[in-house]
Amino acid sequence: MVEQSIYPQDQKMVITTDQVSFFYGLTQALFGISLLIPAQQVTALIGPSGCGKSTFLRCLNRMNDTIPHSRVEGEILINLKDIYAPGTDVVELRKEVGMVFQKSNPFPKSIFDNVAYGPRIHGEKNPKRLAEIVEQSLQQAAIWDEVKDRLQANAMGLSGGQQQRLCIARALAVGPKILLMDEPASALDPKATMRIEDLIGELRTNYTIVIVTHNMQQAARVSDYTAFFYEGRLIECDATTRIFTNPRQKQTEDYITGRFG
Amino acid sequence: MKITDKFILLFLRLITYAIVLVIGYILFDIIRNGASALNWQFVSNFPRRSGAAGGILPAIVGTLYLVVGTIAVSLPLGIGGAIYLAEYADQGRFNTLIRLAIVTLAGVPSIVFGLFGLGIFVLFCGFGPSILAGSLTLACMILPTIIVASEESLRAVPKGFRDASLALGATKWEMIRTNILPYSMSGMITGSILGIGRAAGETAPILLTVAAFYLPRLPKSVFDQVMALPYHLYILATQHPEAERIRHMQYGTALILLLLVLGLSLGAILIRTHFRKKFRW
Amino acid sequence: MPKHMQHDIDKLKAKIIAMGEAVEDRVYQATLSVINRDPDKATAVIKGDREIDDMEVEIEEDCLKILALYQPVAIDLRFIVAALKINSDLERIGDLAVNIAERGLFLAGQEQFAIPFDLSAMVSLAEKMVTQSIDSLINHDVRLAHQIRAADDTMDAMNREMYAQLKGMLTTDTEHVNNLLHVLSVGRHLERIADHATNIAEDVIYLVDAQIIRHTPELYDE
Repeated sequence: MVEQSIYPQDQKMVITTDQVSFFYGLTQALFGISLLIPAQQVTALIGPSGCGKSTFLRCLNRMNDTIPHSRVEGEILINLKDIYAPGTDVVELRKEVGMVFQKSNPFPKSIFDNVAYGPRIHGEKNPKRLAEIVEQSLQQAAIWDEVKDRLQANAMGLSGGQQQRLCIARALAVGPKILLMDEPASALDPKATMRIEDLIGELRTNYTIVIVTHNMQQAARVSDYTAFFYEGRLIECDATTRIFTNPRQKQTEDYITGRFG
Repeated sequence: MKITDKFILLFLRLITYAIVLVIGYILFDIIRNGASALNWQFVSNFPRRSGAAGGILPAIVGTLYLVVGTIAVSLPLGIGGAIYLAEYADQGRFNTLIRLAIVTLAGVPSIVFGLFGLGIFVLFCGFGPSILAGSLTLACMILPTIIVASEESLRAVPKGFRDASLALGATKWEMIRTNILPYSMSGMITGSILGIGRAAGETAPILLTVAAFYLPRLPKSVFDQVMALPYHLYILATQHPEAERIRHMQYGTALILLLLVLGLSLGAILIRTHFRKKFRW
Repeated sequence: MPKHMQHDIDKLKAKIIAMGEAVEDRVYQATLSVINRDPDKATAVIKGDREIDDMEVEIEEDCLKILALYQPVAIDLRFIVAALKINSDLERIGDLAVNIAERGLFLAGQEQFAIPFDLSAMVSLAEKMVTQSIDSLINHDVRLAHQIRAADDTMDAMNREMYAQLKGMLTTDTEHVNNLLHVLSVGRHLERIADHATNIAEDVIYLVDAQIIRHTPELYDE
């Protein structure tokens, strides 16, 4: 459904999904999604509520495994490896593919312990190394200056926007190359939202980002490519400028101009 | 309907005060009648003249041993069961059945537990009347309370913690160990506080499985019988030939039992407060 | 889309149509004033330019408001962009009508003078192109828009022919040089009006097909 031709010739693809369908028990939520995620670009997934974009996102790091009676069909290749092949190490997958959630969920530990949680779980014990990782991650998440003097303070004392940036730092600390973001700014005020969007722009140079968003202006501002989902199907995927000036499918146009959804 | 509101408020207040009054009176009565029996000899000596004189040291020790034994068995089992039910089990029909069984168990009369303990632990397992049999029986009795309280506190931990943990690459057990258990600890301890109270004070289950009215020595192993405060009180009040004249001994025993339970509960509350402060969320 | 936005866009469309009709009328009156040497008509057109200018300002402000408030995308965005450009083209056509009227005023003051060139063909083509450009906008009629672009070539050809004819006459009929020069001006104005109508047609094609074809006529001619 998505032609390689919308991407430049030499664009490397980091995720390839082929005819991916997803079932909650007997209910089918995704219908044959074939989508490419280009490396070091921001791809936005848009669509009305319940269209399957979050479900699809969660397939990419197998977070849907936690849902009982769920089933995935089709193929998802990340860096050319089939992530649903039997024997896949899900822990390793989640080190490669990080996730940030809609409602920021920092642990009620100190800021330091939050960011260090991931590396510690994966065996890093050296305090010096941990401190380095924590600082680097907080720097990358553009929050280091605000918290460097109170790393031992409880993370719950931060504002909503800061908490979300902390969660981003926490996700970055395990060293993923791909970052999945499920409506990361939907619970934030406009100023905090803007900071998150700026951050996404900065992270783009080093990470591949897939972001689900309800807010079309945000998708337009932040992404290089946009994929429009509707009722579990991928309707259209194209360069963001194209989607927002002259989409190919009428359904896409109707959605982004607000004629439905 | 301001009148109705005022009336309801008054009514609820009255009920609350009534409850407080009743409890207050019971406490007052026990203290009034039992305080006179309290002295160092009472808590440090063995009973003489079948409990009409002397002290209740072995009963105190026995009750303590039983409480410790019960907690040692029921806490791990209860918390383990709760973790399984809350985190691992399929939320389907089988689970519902298990829950039903737990709730039913909570309503079983304590004498039935006593009989059960007698049949299984004392006779079938061959432990004989012993601290082991008594603790196991009491553990069965308070297990539902602990499981329910623990499960509630596990479920109360926000889903966000789980998602975030897993997304960072934790295995399921790592997630539970590092990100759920610490935060549900205080709830679980609350459950055990309730359990302690019951374990220390129940007479019927220990009647058939461990309690003796008089033992000349303190217990040396888990296979020994013990004296216990509730049972001692029961015998003193009903079977003793001089029951009428030793009211102060009975009340003294009751007071000690009360203080013991309060003390244990306080200890648990302190531990819970520590956990609450450390793992606030 | 939000109800207010739809309402504002509909109002904007109505204003553009109204302006288009007003401008069409000015062109018609101005050319009549030249052909019939009617100074009153000419004056009316010249005075009426103020109204056209006011309409232009109003439409531009409405467009800016819609952009700021609603951040339209895709076809809605293209419509606003097209509206801004068409607005400006219509205003220029209005100005050109005034210029024609000024020539008409001058010629009316002269003695009867036979316009040697059949201006009426150019006049009717120019009027037709203006009318049709507004129609193509209203109906999103891309075919009509392409026809208008083709008609521009015809207009250019007529203009060149007029130029050649009048040039010849300038050398022979030295008595009426001034008048001839004015007639030449009118022809040039009509040709410019046709250019603006063509711009409008190209904006319509942009709106409907999202193709910007202003500078590449060869690729898109039917």
